[in-house]
Amino acid sequence: MTGAGYRRSTPLVILSTGFVILWLILAAFPFVWTFWGSLKVQGDFFSRADWMNALTGPMTIAQTGASFTGQGYAGAWIESGFWRNVLNTGIVVAATVTISLTLGTLGGYALARSGFRYAFWLLMIALVFRAMPHITLVSGYMLPFFEWNLWGHLPTAIIVLVAINQPFTLWMLHSFFLNIPKDLDESAMVDGCTRFQAFRHVIIPVMWPGVITTGLFSFLLAYNDFAVTAMLLSQENQTMVPKIASFLGSVQVEGNVMFAVAAVVSATAPLFVLIMVFQRQIVSGLTAGAVKG
Amino acid sequence: MPHRTFLWFILPSLTAMILFIALPIVSVVVQSLFVEHEQVLVTVENCGPFGCTEETRIDREATAALREAQPLGRFNGLGTYFNRSHLATAELSAAWQESETIGAFLGQVMNLPFYKALVFTLSFTFIVTPLVLVLGLAIALGVNGLPRLLRGPTIFFSLLPMIVTPLIGSLVLFWMIDAQGVIGATLQRVFDDPNLSLKASPVLTWVTLFVYGVWHSAPFAFIVFYAGLQTVPAETLEAAMIDGATRWQRIRYVVIPHLMPLAVFITLMQLMDNFRVFEPIVGFQAQASATSLSYLIYSHLRGDVQQFGSAAATSVLTIIGVAILLTPVLIRTWRDFNRKRV
Repeated sequence: MTGAGYRRSTPLVILSTGFVILWLILAAFPFVWTFWGSLKVQGDFFSRADWMNALTGPMTIAQTGASFTGQGYAGAWIESGFWRNVLNTGIVVAATVTISLTLGTLGGYALARSGFRYAFWLLMIALVFRAMPHITLVSGYMLPFFEWNLWGHLPTAIIVLVAINQPFTLWMLHSFFLNIPKDLDESAMVDGCTRFQAFRHVIIPVMWPGVITTGLFSFLLAYNDFAVTAMLLSQENQTMVPKIASFLGSVQVEGNVMFAVAAVVSATAPLFVLIMVFQRQIVSGLTAGAVKG
Repeated sequence: MPHRTFLWFILPSLTAMILFIALPIVSVVVQSLFVEHEQVLVTVENCGPFGCTEETRIDREATAALREAQPLGRFNGLGTYFNRSHLATAELSAAWQESETIGAFLGQVMNLPFYKALVFTLSFTFIVTPLVLVLGLAIALGVNGLPRLLRGPTIFFSLLPMIVTPLIGSLVLFWMIDAQGVIGATLQRVFDDPNLSLKASPVLTWVTLFVYGVWHSAPFAFIVFYAGLQTVPAETLEAAMIDGATRWQRIRYVVIPHLMPLAVFITLMQLMDNFRVFEPIVGFQAQASATSLSYLIYSHLRGDVQQFGSAAATSVLTIIGVAILLTPVLIRTWRDFNRKRV
């Protein structure tokens, strides 16, 4: 795309670059601002006098003696026990990703290699399941879980998240397995492998790019979930996102809103790192479904 | 692949989906037919020095025992569906007869919780989705014109609004639009109105939620369109240029038709995701002026007394809504599939 005919007129270049810059500010500024503000006291971040105070921080200097303070972080992590919620999120997310990838690779492989009509129908049903609002499913779980004493425990939330994740995982891995040539596992089977051995020794070694991409999206679904974790976990098993929501119930107390701000920044940091490391996979994953159909 | 092998491979995944997606749907249908037990009343005679009085009291123990024995509640048939907090048929017909104008009728309808939520959910779905498509395409075209070196960082920052937890994203914006936050305070200064608050007015709350929705989903459309732009056939573009097409005509007649299948894909995903809009309402604390169907279910489940029957009935109605939304897609896919087989 470098031919002379593609060269753009200067106003057009300025216009389109300006638009992209505007979009970048819209996309990134809120996070930069919140990160900066999380190091100030409430009087500055929510300044009655002048929003410029959030930049310079006169109240922060007056109250703490320095222009940055870790009060919000200390309050959230130690005083309110946010570290426990971080730990819970870690457990839930790790277990969800591992289990849903294990189930999903087996199922996705079968769907990609079966030529029968019912494989198509299963994929269609999965698409319908994918569209179900999570909170409707949650309202189906609540009463039975209360009755059987399953409510409130981490394993319950994990298995529910795995199930909710399955339709998407199946679709994504199914399209990745379609890209692995059939000859590969079929020649292994000609050599005397069973279907499972062929999967184990031939497919597993070459499937990792697809599995990593799918894993990223499973991670995001489990990490970002609010409906399931807020409704199905008891107070002491809460994960980060519902905990942040519950901080807001106590915003009236001076300074507490800064706990929530600090917790929000803490919860965003892993996602930031995730995009930095896996940008390529995320982009390819987003387009995988689209380009292939 | 033989049927038996297929079954063994798919079994774990299928079991999980049946147990935790299919059965809960059955469970909400069953639950929606029941309502909470009424409290058990007992009449006690209190005899004192001035004679006896009869008093009706709530028998807490008996009520608790009854709830314990039959946790589902008592059978109510379709009653829950037609009561005031759901389809509200009686209120609707009353409003229809009383109100003189269509406007007054609609005003009354908007006071009914289910219709209020439905109207917001549908407006959100059908306003945000097209805006996401347009903004995503515009960003994709803009980024495609950047030097190659700058594209990576641009994509990195663009991904942020989409990847970040919806509740966190909405909170971050909510704090900024607060009257004491940076955007809220700036707006007050720009419009010279110290009482201007984006949270107080219902209209502005709706607009805020729509803006959030577009902000959150535009990166998805952008990435998909951007990937599509990399595969636009160069020969066709050259041919169009030789035929004298302007830049705009090339976009209109070559690029956009090439991106059409992607637009369909994005629309499908967006319709599904926007129809279940929920977290932004919690994050923006907008429930007073805007509730969605998902939020309605959440608040039924959250209250001091959990109204399982009510939540279940709203869930069933929501699932019917999803089904209606998906029908055209499913019919289309089914046709394509049959065409491929022939």
